[in-house]
Amino acid sequence: MIPEQSFSHSHSAHCESGVMSLMMSHHGLPLSEAMVFGLSGALMFAFIPFVKIGGMPLIAYRTRPKGIINGLQKNLGLRMQMHTFSRPEKGVEKLDVLLEQGKFVGAQTSVFWLPYFPPEMRFHFNAHNLIIYGKEGDEYLISDPVFETSKRCKQSDLTKARFVKGLMAPKGLLYYPVEMPGDINYESILPKVIRKNAKAMLKTPVPIAGIRGIRSLAKSIMKLRKKDPRYAKLFLGHIVRMQEEIGTGGGGFRFIYASFLQEAGTILTNQQLREASAMMTAVGDQWREFALLAVTAIRSKKGGPIQFEALREKLNSIADAESSVYKTLLETRLG
Amino acid sequence: MESSKVPQDNISTYADNKKAFYATDGDGNYTLVPSSGWEVEEAVTIQALLELERLTRRAHKEVIAGKSSPLYFHMYACRMDLQVLAETTGIFKWRIRRHFKPAVFNNLSKAVLERYSNALGISIKDLCSLPDLSENDT
Repeated sequence: MIPEQSFSHSHSAHCESGVMSLMMSHHGLPLSEAMVFGLSGALMFAFIPFVKIGGMPLIAYRTRPKGIINGLQKNLGLRMQMHTFSRPEKGVEKLDVLLEQGKFVGAQTSVFWLPYFPPEMRFHFNAHNLIIYGKEGDEYLISDPVFETSKRCKQSDLTKARFVKGLMAPKGLLYYPVEMPGDINYESILPKVIRKNAKAMLKTPVPIAGIRGIRSLAKSIMKLRKKDPRYAKLFLGHIVRMQEEIGTGGGGFRFIYASFLQEAGTILTNQQLREASAMMTAVGDQWREFALLAVTAIRSKKGGPIQFEALREKLNSIADAESSVYKTLLETRLG
Repeated sequence: MESSKVPQDNISTYADNKKAFYATDGDGNYTLVPSSGWEVEEAVTIQALLELERLTRRAHKEVIAGKSSPLYFHMYACRMDLQVLAETTGIFKWRIRRHFKPAVFNNLSKAVLERYSNALGISIKDLCSLPDLSENDT
């Protein structure tokens, strides 16, 4: 049985972890956004040159969309009900029925077709997440965690955003918990998810993910020397956009993970975890230094050559620093 | 990042919104700090927007010159490229490329035009015409 209660919005750094944190908290399991992110093992790095988005290679600093929802289900024993729809009318009908039952419903949408996003932020990204918590007349009441306040959206607009086709098409996806986990045994779960995530970053079989992904990105920067300078600048801008703009709270999700490590250290009264958190903070700071270097290069006018070497070295230094955090985490006795 | 160093650059691309940043307070404990943006982020967002604008204006010129159909312009005006338009409409890239030719585009059936108009979120009438760019700041 899911208790009915009034909904209160809160501001998060990232859409999917924000939605799941709010949703869990409203169903009697208060979990911070950072906890949700860490417990689902969502920290990642991927550089996939042969998958192109907007003509640029795929670069991601977290696991794939829905990774957080699925990770929580797997690691906490939570069970979510997911609905997708073949026809928009059916999707609207189902949403309205769920809202009438008093449910708060998670939904996947496009960013581009949501009118409450300012034009400057509207790009074609189809894996945005938000919570719909009510309907008044023709308007849905929306808690979009990346905004400070709750929003409203017309039925026709939300439907367009829910049923956009293409890459990562949401197919009207709606989700809500049907089985909440009982007490969470942090002493056993936290060490497991931390070690698993560290291993995933360190021991990847292919050089497109984890630390090896960062190093191959560093290598590919050197290849830009032979490319058209405009492409080189767009490529650098793309790396930074994925790191800073696409719902990361800055530093490519490294700060949110540092916050998770700190919270885990407090729960387990483990000083070493708190130290690992500080190390991860330093990694996030280095990602920001990289962003600054890249933007300086982008701004350099004709004649000012791009410092490719410096950018490569920064990425390699990030790879070194990150891998030492994960090695520390694997060596630490976590309980 | 320390909370005192969380950028508050009031960047244009946030359009008066704030994003939440994870940062450490004086005791090293993490908190969420609302940020009005970092100029580095603004620079890369503007770079991406300007590139889209450049492509849109170039397409506009090509349509006026009779080299391309209005579809070519509207694709960029909607911040798409061939890849995204193909995925959104379910029409193969090679077919869309043909539809970029004015002669082919002018003979398209209503059903095909409708698929484009749905994907781009504009009426068929708008799809078949070209707006005046000086008024329209896309």
